[in-house]
Amino acid sequence: MVKVTVDGIVVDVPPGSNVLQACEAAGKEVPRFCYHERLSVAGNCRMCLVEIEKAPPKPFASCAYPVNEGMVVHTDTPMVKAGRAGVMEFLLINHPLDCPICDQGGECDLQDQAVGYGRDSSRYTEAKRAVKDKDLGPLVKTVMTRCIQCTRCIRFSAEIAGTPELGATARGETMEVGTYVEMALTSELSGNLIDICPVGALTSKPYAFVARSWELKKTDSIDVLDAVGTNIRIDARGPEVLRVLPRLNEDVNEEWLADKGRFAIDGLKRRRLDSVWVKRDGKLQKAAWTDAFAAIDARLKGVAGERIGAIAGDLADAESMLALKELMVSLGSANIDCRVDGAAIDSTRRDFYTFNTSIAGIEEADAILIVGSNPRREAPLVNARILKRRRASRLPIAVIASPADLTYATDNLGDSPDVLASLIDGSHPFAATLKAASKPMIIVGQGALRRADGAAVLAACWQIAAAVGALSDAWHGFNMLHTAAARVGALDLGFVPGNGAKDVAAMMGGGVAAQWLLGADSLDTARTGADTFVIYQGHHGDAGAARADVILPGAAYTEKDGTYVNTEGRVQRGQLAIYPPGEAREDWKILRAFSGYTGKPLPYDTIEALRARLEVVNPVFARLDILPRFGCTDTSGPSAMGGIVGNGKFVDAVPNYYQTDPISRASPTMAACTATYVAPLQAAAE
Amino acid sequence: MLSDADRIFTNLYGIGDPGLTGARARGDWDGTKAIIARGREAIVEEMKASGLRGRGGAGFPTGLKWSFMPKAIGKLPHYLVVNADESEPGTCKDRDILRHDPHKLVEGCLLASFAMGAHAAYIYVRGEFYNEAVALQQAIDEAYEAGLIGPDACGSGWAFDCYLHRGAGAYICGEETALIESLEGKKGMPRLKPPFPAAMGLYGCPTTVNNVESIAVAPTILRRGAAWFTGLGRPNNAGTKLFCISGHVNKPCNVEEELGIPLKELIEKYAGGVRGGWDNLLAVIPGGASVPLINKATCDTMLMDFDSLRAVKSGLGTAAVIVMDKSTDVIKAIARLSQFYKHESCGQCTPCREGTGWMMRVMNRMVQGRATIEEIDTLEQVTRQIEGHTICALGDAAAWPIQGLIKNFRPMMEERIRAYKAGRSMPLAAE
Repeated sequence: MVKVTVDGIVVDVPPGSNVLQACEAAGKEVPRFCYHERLSVAGNCRMCLVEIEKAPPKPFASCAYPVNEGMVVHTDTPMVKAGRAGVMEFLLINHPLDCPICDQGGECDLQDQAVGYGRDSSRYTEAKRAVKDKDLGPLVKTVMTRCIQCTRCIRFSAEIAGTPELGATARGETMEVGTYVEMALTSELSGNLIDICPVGALTSKPYAFVARSWELKKTDSIDVLDAVGTNIRIDARGPEVLRVLPRLNEDVNEEWLADKGRFAIDGLKRRRLDSVWVKRDGKLQKAAWTDAFAAIDARLKGVAGERIGAIAGDLADAESMLALKELMVSLGSANIDCRVDGAAIDSTRRDFYTFNTSIAGIEEADAILIVGSNPRREAPLVNARILKRRRASRLPIAVIASPADLTYATDNLGDSPDVLASLIDGSHPFAATLKAASKPMIIVGQGALRRADGAAVLAACWQIAAAVGALSDAWHGFNMLHTAAARVGALDLGFVPGNGAKDVAAMMGGGVAAQWLLGADSLDTARTGADTFVIYQGHHGDAGAARADVILPGAAYTEKDGTYVNTEGRVQRGQLAIYPPGEAREDWKILRAFSGYTGKPLPYDTIEALRARLEVVNPVFARLDILPRFGCTDTSGPSAMGGIVGNGKFVDAVPNYYQTDPISRASPTMAACTATYVAPLQAAAE
Repeated sequence: MLSDADRIFTNLYGIGDPGLTGARARGDWDGTKAIIARGREAIVEEMKASGLRGRGGAGFPTGLKWSFMPKAIGKLPHYLVVNADESEPGTCKDRDILRHDPHKLVEGCLLASFAMGAHAAYIYVRGEFYNEAVALQQAIDEAYEAGLIGPDACGSGWAFDCYLHRGAGAYICGEETALIESLEGKKGMPRLKPPFPAAMGLYGCPTTVNNVESIAVAPTILRRGAAWFTGLGRPNNAGTKLFCISGHVNKPCNVEEELGIPLKELIEKYAGGVRGGWDNLLAVIPGGASVPLINKATCDTMLMDFDSLRAVKSGLGTAAVIVMDKSTDVIKAIARLSQFYKHESCGQCTPCREGTGWMMRVMNRMVQGRATIEEIDTLEQVTRQIEGHTICALGDAAAWPIQGLIKNFRPMMEERIRAYKAGRSMPLAAE
C-alpha cells in the first residue's frame, strides 16, 4: 500500500491508484466529468484538479496522476479552487443553459458541479457554439450542443460495449462526437450511454420530456427480461412505470443494464390483461373473480389428476410457481413443467443447470468454449463480462454456434454439434487449449438444448468440461446460460414433471384435459388439444391468452413482490413499484384464492409464510443475494436420456433480442428497435 | 561572432550539393563507425557533457533525455522518433536542414538510435513539407545504398532502419505524444504524462522524441567533442543555434549563430537591420509564435539564449525571431496568432478547447477596440485560466502571446478602446 496525505488525512491506497482515488479514500469529493471508474482515463475535462506538494507549482488532474509514497495532496487551496472555477467557466461558455427544458435537469453532473464549484456568473459574451444533433437510433436521443466532449461515450462504446462506433471528428472547438457516417448504435448496451453522459447530450429517446427525476418514486427491483438478474431501480409516477435504471451490483451487472430491460417498459402499459375473462358460448366474456373460479372448479371436478397439467412461463416469480405447484399437488397432478421451450435440462443436480463459474467468475477464466449460444443477444451483460475479460487477458474463446459478432474475437468451430466428440476425445486443437488453461469455462446456451438431441448435447458438454479439467474442487467451469428469468427458480422448486408425469410436449395435443398456464406464452398454441380447457394466468394478452378458456389477470414484475433466481443461481428479490392495473392481482394471491375456493386452501396467507415455505422446499431460497461458489466434487454428468448427438445445426435461442417475451412484444420502443436493427438483417438474409 | 570553422550547418543555404557526395565533402559520415565503437554510454555521456539543450523549444538537455531510455533492451524494442513537424509560425530552421543538409539528420538518427539502443528511427515530417520529404527520402536512400544505414550500419554491426512518415499538417502533431499517436495512426491528441515516452512511447515501447536540429547537430558534436561545443555560447546555453529572422527586417534569413548573441547584433549583422532602422523597432517575438513578445527597450540589451529570455518572462523557443516595426498593428498581429491556436487546438482539454475560441473572439474585438477596458483584465485572467491547466503546452502557447501583448502594450489596447468609443477611426496598419 502507498501512504498518501490528502488535506491532512493520511490514507493507504493500493499502488497504481491515481490521486483522485486517494482523495476519495480520504473522503474528499473531487469533481469530475471525464473520469469514470470503469473506463480508461482520458484526463481531458480538467475538472479534478488538485495541488500536489513537491511537484511543479501548478494544479494537476488527479484522475491521471499516479500516487507516490508520501505524496501530500491538497484539494481545497485557492489555486485548486480557482482552477476548478476556471474550468467550470470554460465548460459553460459553450454549453446551452437550457436546463429548464433538458431531460438531464435535476440529475446532471454539470448542473450540480456548477453549483458546487463554479462562479455565480459568466464573463463570456460572445456567440455560443451550436452543434447539429445526430440520430443514434430509437433509444438514444442527442442534443449535441450540450456535449462537453468528455468522451465517456466514446470510451464506453469501445471498451465496455465492444462496439467502437462513436468517435470524435474535427478538432478544437469544432470537435464533435458522433458516428461519422450517421447510423443507429448497434450495441445492446446503448442505454448505458445515457447514464454515463454527465450532461444532457445523450438522453433517453422514449423518456424525452416525460418526467422530472424528483417526481419519481424509486423502487429497487430485479430485471426479468433476461436471466442475468440485473439489479434495477424502477422509477414510477402514479400508476405508471416511467423509467428503469441499473443499480450497482459488482457481482451481477456492475452498473450496467441491457437495453431490453431499460426500454421495454412501455410494453407494461399495452395489451394488458386487467379484467377476468371466461369463455361462454364460445366467446371470452368479462366476468367476476368468483365466476372464473366457479368455472374452473366446475371444469376440474371429476377430472383425474393425471389429466391436469400446469406450465410456468418465463417471467414467473418463484412464489407463484410454488403456489401453482402445490395447487397441482392438491389436485393430484404431477404434470408440471417450466421448460416451455422444450429445452432438455437435467434438474437432478443444481450444477447441471446453473452458471456455476458465476458472472464475476468470468474474470478469472483463461479459456472459454461457448456451445449453442449467442451471449450478446441472450445475456448482453454476460457478454460484456466476457469482453472485459478478453480485453484484460486476450484469452482464447471458441464458439460452436452460427457465426455472429460477439464484440470480441472468437474462433468459430462450426455450428453443428459434430465437433463435440473431437473435443471430448481431445483430437480437436481447441481441446488442448482448454486443457492448457487453468480455469477453462464451458458455456452451454439454450440453443444447444432445445432440440431432439438436447440431452445428449448437454451430456457431451459436461464430458468436455470433465475431459479438459474444468471440473475440479476449486473451479467449476460448467455453465448453463439461461434466457428466462423464471427458469432457474422453477428448477430449484422442482417445477418439472414428477415420475412418469407429462412434460410440456406431452401436455400438448390433448395430453391433458386441463392446462393451467402461468404466464406461459411461448407455447405453440396450435398444438393445444382441441378439447383442452386452458386457464391462462398472466399479465399480457399474448399468445397464451388467445387460446384460453379462462383468463386470470396477474401482475407484471413491476407490480409484485417476487423472488427470482438468475442464471447463476443467485436468489434476488424484486419489489412492488406500482399496483397491478384494474382487476389484476399478484399471482400467488390468485392461486391462494382459488385454492380457498375449492375448499383445500394452500397453507399460506401472507407472502412471508409463502417465502418460509419456499425455504423449506429448497434451502437455496434462504440465501438471498449471496452466491457461494462451489467447485465440482462429483464429476458424473447429466443423463443423455439414451440419446446420441446428432448433426443438426444449432439454432439461435434468441433470434431477435428486442422481442422475447410478452412485455417486450407489447413495447413500441422494442418494435422500433426490431424495425431498425433486426428487420434489415432479416431482409438481407433472405 | 561565430567563425566559419565553428559552423555546423555548412550548407544551410543550399549552395553546395545536398546529396551524399556533398555531405561527405562537408565532413558528414566521417568516422561514424568509430563513434559507434565508443559505445552507448560514452556517446550519451559526451552528449550530456556538451550541454546541448533540445532545439525544439523547451530546451531540455538532450543527453539527459537520451539517458532516460532503459539501459538494456528488454522485450520491447526501443525507438527514436524525430520531430520534423515544424509548424510553429515564424520557424523554418528544420525546413532548411531537410532541404539542404539531410545527411546530418540521417547520420544523427543513426548515432542517437545507437546511443539509446534503437534499431529503428521514424522521422515525422510535416505534411506541407513535400519537397523536403523528397529530399530527405533521397538522403535516406543514398545512405542505405552506401551501407551507411541498414542491417550493418557503417560496418559497425548495428542494424538500423530509418523511416520517413509524412504528417497531415496538424500543428498539434508537433507535440511529442500527439506525434506518437499520429504515427500510430490515431487522432493527433497529446497523451497524458506520466507515463513518459521513454517508458511507454510509440506502440507502448520506450521511445525518445527529438527535434530535427537536436539530432542533426549530434554527429558534429560527437566528432569535435563536447569541449568544443561548450566553448561556444554562454554557460548553460552551450553551442550554436539556427535563428530564423523574419518580419520587418531588410533581409529575412536563417542563420547559425552562437547562443547568447545580442538580439540587436543578430538582426543588424545578418538580417540587414530593422526596416527603417533600429529605432523604428516596435517589438520582437523572439522564439516563434508561442512565446511572449518583448518590447524595444528589452530588445536593446537582449541576449538570445534560453536563460536570458526566460529571465524577462519570454523564451527562446525555436529561436524564430519575428521582428515588428512601428507600422505594425501589434494587436492585430497577436489576434492572428490567437486565431492560429484556436484553429490548431486538438479539442481534448476543456480550457484549451473552449478558451482558445474565447480569446480569439475577444482579441478580434480588441483589434477594432470594440471592447471595454475591463475586458483586458478578463482576457488576462482567461489566459491564466488556460495556462498550466492542460495536458500539453498548446494551451500555454496560446496564452503567452496575449500575456506578452497585455504586459507590453496595454496602453495601446486601452487607447484603441477609447478611440472606438469616441468614434475616432484608427489608422490602418500595414499588412
